[in-house]
Amino acid sequence: MKTIADLKKGERGIIVNFTDDELSLKLLEMGCLPGTQVTMTHIAPFGDPIAVKVSGYILSLRKDEAATIVIA
Amino acid sequence: MKKSPKIALIGNPNAGKSSLFNSLTGLRQKTGNFPGVTMDKLIGKWKLEKGDDASILDLPGIYSIYPKSVDEQVVINILANPQHPDYPDLAIVVADASNLKRNLLLFSQVRDLGIPTVLALNMIDVAESQGVVINSVKLARELNVEVAEINAKKGIGLNGLRLAVNKTIESGYNSNDSLPMDYDRAMIEVIKEKYGDTDDYHALLWLSEHNNLKQFDLVQRAGFEEIQEKYRWNTQDFQSKETMARYSQLTEIVDNCLHEMPIEEEPLNTWTDRLDKVFLHRFWGYFVFLGILFIMFQAIFTWATYPMDLIDGGIANLNDFLKSNLPPTKLTDLLTEGLIAGIGGVLIFIPQIAFLFLFISMLEETGYMSRVMFIMDKLMRRFGLNGKSVVPLISGVACAVPAIMSTRSIGSWKDRLITIMVTPLMSCSARLPIYTVLIALVVPEKSTLFGVFNLQGVALFAMYLLGFFMALLSAWIMKIILKVKERSYFIMELPSYKSPRFSHVMLTILNSTKAFVFEAGKVIVAISIVLWVLASYGPGDAMEEASIFVKAQNPTLSGIGITNKISSKKLENSYAGHFGKFIEPAIKPLGYDWKIGIALITSFAAREVFVGTMSTIYSLGGEANEENSTVMKRMRAEINPETGKPMYDMALGFSLLIFYAFAMQCMSTLAVTYRETKSWKYPTIQFVYMTGLAYISAFIVYQLLK
Repeated sequence: MKTIADLKKGERGIIVNFTDDELSLKLLEMGCLPGTQVTMTHIAPFGDPIAVKVSGYILSLRKDEAATIVIA
Repeated sequence: MKKSPKIALIGNPNAGKSSLFNSLTGLRQKTGNFPGVTMDKLIGKWKLEKGDDASILDLPGIYSIYPKSVDEQVVINILANPQHPDYPDLAIVVADASNLKRNLLLFSQVRDLGIPTVLALNMIDVAESQGVVINSVKLARELNVEVAEINAKKGIGLNGLRLAVNKTIESGYNSNDSLPMDYDRAMIEVIKEKYGDTDDYHALLWLSEHNNLKQFDLVQRAGFEEIQEKYRWNTQDFQSKETMARYSQLTEIVDNCLHEMPIEEEPLNTWTDRLDKVFLHRFWGYFVFLGILFIMFQAIFTWATYPMDLIDGGIANLNDFLKSNLPPTKLTDLLTEGLIAGIGGVLIFIPQIAFLFLFISMLEETGYMSRVMFIMDKLMRRFGLNGKSVVPLISGVACAVPAIMSTRSIGSWKDRLITIMVTPLMSCSARLPIYTVLIALVVPEKSTLFGVFNLQGVALFAMYLLGFFMALLSAWIMKIILKVKERSYFIMELPSYKSPRFSHVMLTILNSTKAFVFEAGKVIVAISIVLWVLASYGPGDAMEEASIFVKAQNPTLSGIGITNKISSKKLENSYAGHFGKFIEPAIKPLGYDWKIGIALITSFAAREVFVGTMSTIYSLGGEANEENSTVMKRMRAEINPETGKPMYDMALGFSLLIFYAFAMQCMSTLAVTYRETKSWKYPTIQFVYMTGLAYISAFIVYQLLK
C-alpha cells in the first residue's frame, strides 16, 4: 500500500482513500479528495514535515499524517 | 430592511478576508471582545447606501464550519446560534479563485445555514496566471447566489460587492433546505421539537457539534447524546459523507464554470517556488530565520530606545511641571508619583510592542511565518511543542499576553497548553529594564569578551538564551508529565508569498498596541497606585513618629541629609515596609533584605514596577542631587549593614537576575492564562512552578557565588 509519505520529491500520485477516519475529515476539508493528484514539493530539513501540491495549493503535513493517505 | 445590517466576513485562511475588511472599513474599525471569550473581535463600518452604515464583523479564517481549533470555535458559536448578538443578517464569503473548489465547500455550508450569502471572488489574477478562467456569471446562476469579483488587496470591485450585498438584502434570499446529503428526517423533527424550530442544517449542526456550542447547557447536551444514541448517529461519519457529497456537487458546478487554459507544464518556477528553495533549505532556511530574528531584536532593543527615551523624558517633565505648579498635597503626590508614574510605566512599552507587531504582522502577511513553522516543527515536537509554537515564543520576547493569545491557532490542546505554560519564561520586555539595571551594577562596563564583545551585552544576551532554554526544558518535562491522549496534528496551508500591504500592517500594529495598552495598562496603573498608598501610609501613627524619632536621633543634621533619613525611616514604618520585613526571613537565603522584599512583593503584580519601586525605596521624598541622581547610583552606594561591603555584589546581582528571569510576576499573564484555559488550575500551576523554579535557582546562584 503506497501512501503520500512514500513519495520522493517531485513524484506524483492520485489519492485513493484514507486509513484514519479522524484525520480524513480535516484532509477532505483541505481539498485532499479521492481522485485528486498530489505532488511532493518540499521535505523539511529533518525529513519531517513534508509539503505537497494538491488542488492548486501547497499543503504541509507531518509524515505520519501523510502516511494515512493512500495513493496510486 | 433593518436600519444597520450586520454583515459577517467568512472565508478560508489566506483567502484575503482581512484585506477585504480593511479595504471596506479603512480606519473605521474597532476591536472588541466576543462575549464569553477574549478573542479579539474586529468590527468596522461600511457605507452601503446613502446614510446607511453596515457593521462588518471580521471572523477568524476557517476551512469548514466544523471547528478544529479554538479560534475556529468562535465562528461556529456565532453561526450556529441565531439568537447570538453577532449573528449576521448577511454573510460575505470570501473565496480564493485560484482554489475555488475548496473555498466553495465553506460557502455551501454557510448558505445552507440559511444566512443570506454573497460570494466574493478574490485573487482572480492569481487563478488566471495559473491558466484558470472563471465564468462568474455562470457560477452565480449555478450556485443561485450573487457573485462579486473583487481584488481585496487593491480594493477593486468594492462597488460591485456593494451592489450584490444590497440586492441580496432586498431579496432576503434564503437556503431552500435541500441538503446534498442523506439524513433521518424523523430525527430532525425530534431535535426541532426539543430545541426549538430551526432549519434542518442548524439541527444537524447542533446534534453533531453540541459539545462545542456555548448556547447549550449540560442538560441540553445530555439530551443530544440521547438522540445520538437512539438514532445511532456517528458525527465523524456524517461529516465525512457530507463533505464528500458537497464536493461532488461542487465539482460539477465548478467544472461547468471554469475554463482551464493549457499552459506549458506546471509553473514550477514561480516566485514562491524560488523563495522556498532558500527559505526551506536545510542550511539557508535556518540562516535566514536567525538573521530575521537578529534584525527583530535589534529593532526592539536598539531602535526602540529612542522613542522610549522620549516618552520617559516626557513623563518626567510632566511630573516636574505638575509638582512645581500644584500645591504640595497628598493628592498631588498621588497624581504624580502614583497615577502618572503608573501610566508612564505602560506607555514606555509601546515602541517595543509596536516594533514586535510590525515584524510579526509583516512575516505573517508575506506568508513567511508558515515556512518558519514548517522548518521548526520537527525540532519543537521533541520538546512537546509544535511548529506553531514558534510564533508565541517569539512574541513572548515583547509581552506574554499577546503571545499567549496567539496560541489559539494551535489545533492540539496539549501542544497549546504546553506553549501557554512555558511562554512566560521567554524574557519579555518588562524584564529588560530590570536586566539593564542589575547587569550594569554587577558586570564591569569596560570589560570585553575576547576583546570584541562588550561583556554587559553578552550578559544581556545570555539572559535571553537562559529564558528560551528554560522554556524548552519546562516544555519537555511537561510533555512527560501531561498524559493527555490527544493527537497533535500539523495540517496547514503554505500560502504563496505576497508583498505585505502597508496599511494592513499599520492597522495590525495600531489594534494590537491599543489592546496591550488597555489590557495590561489597567493592571499596571492600579498596582502603581496601590504601591504608592502602601509606601506612603503605615499602621497607626508610625509614620509621624518616624520623623520625630529621626530628628531626635540626629539633632545636628539638617537639609537633605535629614530629609532622606526621615523618608527611609518612614518607608520602613509604612505598610510596604512591614510587608518587606515580614517576608525577609524567607528571602534571606537568596541574599535579599526587606527593601528588595518590597520590590519583590510589588513585582508579583507586574515585574516592570521593580525599577520604579527601587527608585521609590531609595529616593522617596529625597531631593535628587549630583551624587545620587539615578537609581543605579543609589543602589551602587547601598552598603550591606552586616558585611560593610557594597550591598549589590556579584552574588546578589546574579541571584536577583535569575529570580526575575524565571519568576511568574505578571497578573495580566495569569489572567490571560485563566481566560485561555478556562480554569484556575493552569494559572495556579504556572505561578507555582515558575516561582518555585525562580526561588531554587536564585538560592543556588547566591549560595555558590557568596
